[in-house]
Amino acid sequence: MELFRIKNDIPFMSYGRLTTAISLVTFILAIVFLATRGLNFGVDFTGGTVMEVNYPQAANLESVRKAVDSIGLEEATVQNFGSSHDVLIRLPIKAGLSVSQLSEQVKNALVAADPSAEIRRVEAVGAQVGDELYENGGLALFFVSLGIVLYLWLRFEWRFAVAAIVANMHDVVIILGFFAFFQWEFNLTVLAAILAVLGYSVNESVVVFDRVRENFRKMRKASVVQVIDNAITRTMSRTIITHTMTQTMVGSMLLFGGEVLHNFALALTIGILFGIYSSVLVACPIAMWLGVNRANLIGDVDKKEGAIKDAGKKETLAEPHPSDFA
Amino acid sequence: MNRYPMWKNIFVAIMILIGLIYTIPNFFGESPAVQITPAKSTTKLDAALLGQVEAIFKQEKIEYDGVYLDARGVKARFANTDTQIKAKDVLQANLGKDYTVALNLLSRSPNWLRNLGAKPMYLGLDLRGGVHFLLQVDMKAALSKAAERFVGDFRIALRKERISYVGVSREGETVQISFNNEAELIKAKAVISKEYPNLTLTESTIGEEKMLKASLNLVEQKRIQDFAIKQNIQTLHNRINELGVAEPIIQQQGADRVVVQLPGVQDTAKAKDILGRTATLEIRLVDEDKNDAATLEKAEKGQAPLGDDVFKNRDGRAILVKKNVALTGDYITDAGPGVDSQSGRNTVNVTLDARGARIFQQVTRENVGKRMAILLIEKGSTEVITAPTINEEIGGGRVQISGMANTQEATDISLLLRAGALAAPMDIIEERTVGPSMGQDNINRGMHSTMWGFAAIALMMMIYYMAFGVVSVVALAINLLLLVAMLSMLQATLTLPGLAAIALALGMAIDANVLINERVREELRNGNTPQASIHAGYERAWDTILDSNVTTLIAGLALFMFGTGPIKGFAVVHVLGILTSMFSAVLVSRAMVNLIYGYRRKVSKLSIGQIYQA
Repeated sequence: MELFRIKNDIPFMSYGRLTTAISLVTFILAIVFLATRGLNFGVDFTGGTVMEVNYPQAANLESVRKAVDSIGLEEATVQNFGSSHDVLIRLPIKAGLSVSQLSEQVKNALVAADPSAEIRRVEAVGAQVGDELYENGGLALFFVSLGIVLYLWLRFEWRFAVAAIVANMHDVVIILGFFAFFQWEFNLTVLAAILAVLGYSVNESVVVFDRVRENFRKMRKASVVQVIDNAITRTMSRTIITHTMTQTMVGSMLLFGGEVLHNFALALTIGILFGIYSSVLVACPIAMWLGVNRANLIGDVDKKEGAIKDAGKKETLAEPHPSDFA
Repeated sequence: MNRYPMWKNIFVAIMILIGLIYTIPNFFGESPAVQITPAKSTTKLDAALLGQVEAIFKQEKIEYDGVYLDARGVKARFANTDTQIKAKDVLQANLGKDYTVALNLLSRSPNWLRNLGAKPMYLGLDLRGGVHFLLQVDMKAALSKAAERFVGDFRIALRKERISYVGVSREGETVQISFNNEAELIKAKAVISKEYPNLTLTESTIGEEKMLKASLNLVEQKRIQDFAIKQNIQTLHNRINELGVAEPIIQQQGADRVVVQLPGVQDTAKAKDILGRTATLEIRLVDEDKNDAATLEKAEKGQAPLGDDVFKNRDGRAILVKKNVALTGDYITDAGPGVDSQSGRNTVNVTLDARGARIFQQVTRENVGKRMAILLIEKGSTEVITAPTINEEIGGGRVQISGMANTQEATDISLLLRAGALAAPMDIIEERTVGPSMGQDNINRGMHSTMWGFAAIALMMMIYYMAFGVVSVVALAINLLLLVAMLSMLQATLTLPGLAAIALALGMAIDANVLINERVREELRNGNTPQASIHAGYERAWDTILDSNVTTLIAGLALFMFGTGPIKGFAVVHVLGILTSMFSAVLVSRAMVNLIYGYRRKVSKLSIGQIYQA
């Protein structure tokens, strides 16, 4: 079977204006949702207590709520999740009471109200812990970006490094935008997913950039735009198949992974879908506008090749300015 | 050109074999077991214990599947939980309280695998159930406590040197001494700076009074904080031993935090109680007048003489001590092993704070020639650690407890003395409890995600790439095998996010094979011969695979460095998965393709699912 058989290169770069417009709109929307709705941070970040309670019969939310209220925790939210047997209780931090004392009180109240209640999971996080997570999360994001930029700079060129990281930070903001819009809970595993996506999407750009570099060597007469269009077209089959495979795995996680992995898989899904688009259709135009060309990408090769170099140079100069295509 | 040299094929084969060996233990499942560990650091753990356990089983006719000794303790496996519980009770009754007998689960893998060091993956709390605490040590309190001791120390030092002062007080972590005149202050400063070089002394004048402020310098602060956290960890170790938890984890995290993980513990209320409890040390005098055999015998039956208590010493012999407590462990600031300079015998050197020193001096002065019992009171039971004879009046707060059998014992007793109480209060700032059924559910969720995802990928790859798809799927399976083998070998903690990382690693690893297969197709399309296409496809794809994996690796390493808890668990597997995928996707799949096509004389067509021909 062969799904992709494209005779002529698709002129991706001529859609530059369109793709940039789409990117800008989604990006701005994401920022707006982040600013107005904000992220719904989980207890990992905010501190507080989450309890998962299982009942052998369908849970009576009213009595659970009453039990929690009886110890003076009116701010608690009580809701079903997964099935009618499972109840999720969220409690904010209570001044003057340590998180572990609080969880113990709630446990006692629940068991007193219904001895068949089984406490399946308790997560109680004090306020001290959350603050560090913001810091460490930010630091991790920063170092991942820095590491990727440095590596791409070394292996390719600074223009590619900047283009790749801009494209991928744009993905991260969009994932966050989704989480803000739908108010999905943002917890530590989601943060891990976002950082993993960052590394994964850069793969995408790397594959295309690799092909761009190779094309510059092989397609000596082609313009920058032709080179990039060809690189994207030739790698498209691989891009779509790989992403389908990865998404299949992530989809399996969405289906079977349960409550804990749900948002993790969700973040990965958004990241993969936008990653395909942005790492190709955002990263490449940016690299082009930054002025990627044969000379600055494989300049050292040209020097070695002596006589042929001049011919190549002339052609490079004859190329239309990349911004003409913007 | 598509043949690997023999050594390369052998290398790949050996790696897969090693992968198999280390993965197998994960399939044997677990059987109920008990684990016998010494309750105290002084109790020996050796083959004699192993023999003793076997003898107890024979005597009580308990059938066991296997019993062996490792670094942690003696472990015994049983066919079912009924035998396991019976064995636990029997062992506890026979071995006494010197040993902790805990219920555990042990891998059913055969001995030869265990001898190779092949163990199943180490499951985290979210997969096996249990409780996780993060405790914060109150370092401010530790420093205040230290400063408080200096208040007393200064008073004594100044009095000893006959320097007149107005008052000594503590404000936060600094100690202030006020004087009437400059001359006394200078004298005092000389004395204090000589005795306590780690204090920063500053002078100031408030009205008529001259003030000398002493604050802890950074070195001393760090020393106090280190001491506080080490002592707290030691205390936690001792306490958790009593809980009978099979494999507790107690680790320092950062400068002032302690992680405590208790697998299998469900009674969190009891665990919290034990972690927060304060054990005490007491020094009392031995009632020498009544320590005769007849009184002791009566005392052991519950008729202790008025004003006395009867306790057992470490040999199990009863001893009568006075009810009146001379000194409590609160006054101990430090304890360490030492050697007596005159006799050369092993000792334990205890340092008391100023008040403790004064009390101790008075008690020893008044009781020369009598014995003094050092008692450890924990969990409501009291034990006489040692009862040395007082040879002379002891001042200065440094107490040498002699009569230690060897250096080991001296070290252990020092630990016990230090571990009596917490050096600084601790708060539980994070608690995660996972019930056992939840743990099993989490394992199933992770397994099902991986299984179904893998099956779907395998199907798609085989339909799309035919024989090359089969090669890719086998390579992916070997990737999974190697990843599980690595995790088992490193005994890295596997958590639910870790299981997710395994699934994701497979989903990402297939990329390398897709890259290769697409490249081979492209070479074919360009009109190259099948053999040349295989060669060029692999060669050209390698650069791209390397580049894209390095960027993923960078993300993985950053996650590992900055992540805590679930993120770290994810990062470990993620990074390992990238490494194994590079090996399997490139080397293993190439070896297979070489074996299929490399030895044929003539290959006219590759089974790679290509329809269009160039």
